[in-house]
Amino acid sequence: MLKILKYSFYDLMRSRWSYVYFLFYLLLGFVLLFLNNDVDKAVITLMNIIIVLTPLIGTIFGVMYYYNSKEFTELLLAQPINRSKIFMGQYLGISISLTLSLVLGLGIPFVLYGLFKSAAIFNFSLLLVVGAFLNFIFVALSYNIALSTENKIKGFGYAILMWLFLAVIYDGIFIISLVVFNSYPLDKFSLVATMFNPIDLSRILILLKLDISALLGYTGAVFRKFFGTNFGMLISMGVLVLWVVLPVLRMNFKLRKKDF
Amino acid sequence: MIEFKNLHKRFGKLVVLDGLDLEIHKGGIFAILGPNGSGKTTLIKCLLGMVIPNKGDIFFEKKSVLRKWAYRNNLNYLPQIANFPPNLTVLELINMVKNLRPKESNEQELIELFGLKSFLDKKLGNLSGGTKQKVNVVLAFMFDSDLIVLDEPTNGLDPIALIHLKEIIQKEKEKGKTILITTHIMSFVDEVADEIVFLLDGKIYFKGTVDAIKKQTNNDNLEHAIANLIAKQYA
Repeated sequence: MLKILKYSFYDLMRSRWSYVYFLFYLLLGFVLLFLNNDVDKAVITLMNIIIVLTPLIGTIFGVMYYYNSKEFTELLLAQPINRSKIFMGQYLGISISLTLSLVLGLGIPFVLYGLFKSAAIFNFSLLLVVGAFLNFIFVALSYNIALSTENKIKGFGYAILMWLFLAVIYDGIFIISLVVFNSYPLDKFSLVATMFNPIDLSRILILLKLDISALLGYTGAVFRKFFGTNFGMLISMGVLVLWVVLPVLRMNFKLRKKDF
Repeated sequence: MIEFKNLHKRFGKLVVLDGLDLEIHKGGIFAILGPNGSGKTTLIKCLLGMVIPNKGDIFFEKKSVLRKWAYRNNLNYLPQIANFPPNLTVLELINMVKNLRPKESNEQELIELFGLKSFLDKKLGNLSGGTKQKVNVVLAFMFDSDLIVLDEPTNGLDPIALIHLKEIIQKEKEKGKTILITTHIMSFVDEVADEIVFLLDGKIYFKGTVDAIKKQTNNDNLEHAIANLIAKQYA
């Protein structure tokens, strides 16, 4: 598995798109810090971007890599290695190279700005951890879609729809249901509904760490009570881990019966 | 050496292999022929473990191969389409494949034979289709394995490379290797193959030497003899 990982990683790290992605974050980091001059605000703006962009890029890279390397995967499948090792290697290769672009792209400007001396270091690290999680989650989800869809165009379409659903539509349904059922107690419902969407979960997790939850009203207070504690933090991290583990398990399950 | 027993494979409603039985003995060059969609590639992919049959079993050196992977260390495969990670160099790719197999390899000889030396540091994404196919051939022949499976090996090769390919195939045969080839180029089959396995409707329709098929169809030309067999399907 490590051998496959190494070469997928090499291949991706030299791809033009990895550089573009890295440079984008680098530029973003510099612009936000040196124009804004306020680390806390920069972290919030970054959060809004990361939470939508990393899932999108992870999804696109995942499906594209799968379909583009299809013939090469066939060559690998004819080598004396276990199937799941090939795909786990590729999966980790994509996720790690994307995460590296994110961490280096944002990390460099923040370190240069003097992050280590600022109190925002914890918030910033949380942001990077959540970004990394989103990479691993969405690459896994898109690999699942690609594995289940023979047709490249369809697979691409489903993957984008999945992203659109989780990034935009889910929130819409969520808000509508809050408005429709606003005469009922909704704190438990919204807490659970948040867990079922990794993007929402990541957003809430960061927002509540940033001490701006007063803006969120009563539900915010409930959320704060939950996520603000170490226990809530642990649970939400656990749910994020589940969001990685479950798609990966399904991938391995699917692989056992798949024809190439 | 290889034995397919009552092999069934369906893709949805389409029956590709329908109770196929086939035994291939060690040594010699076997051409697997048949009209488009007759199940040649599916048969090969079943042997390689890429396609999982619905029913039946496959034995390689007397052991079942289903859901196993270690047996593949003793076979080489040349895929139909040569498509490699675009940002790796030729040398890196060769090293990667070597890395995956705990086995001696003689890539230097093949690299020289196909004139790939000047391409070793080039990225695979920048190579032409024919050059990629040459790399593909190098990858398939650089290990010393008892079974060699070639899926449309002549794709995109220039005449000189083609001559070299035929030479390598003959050399491997002399070493006592078993070679399976699928192709649509009958002159190539006529030149290199010892035996022909003809697939039709997911079953073995004919198995025998090139001369036997010519005799059976009363045709001196292999291309016409095969066309004759296929025409029966259309009738």
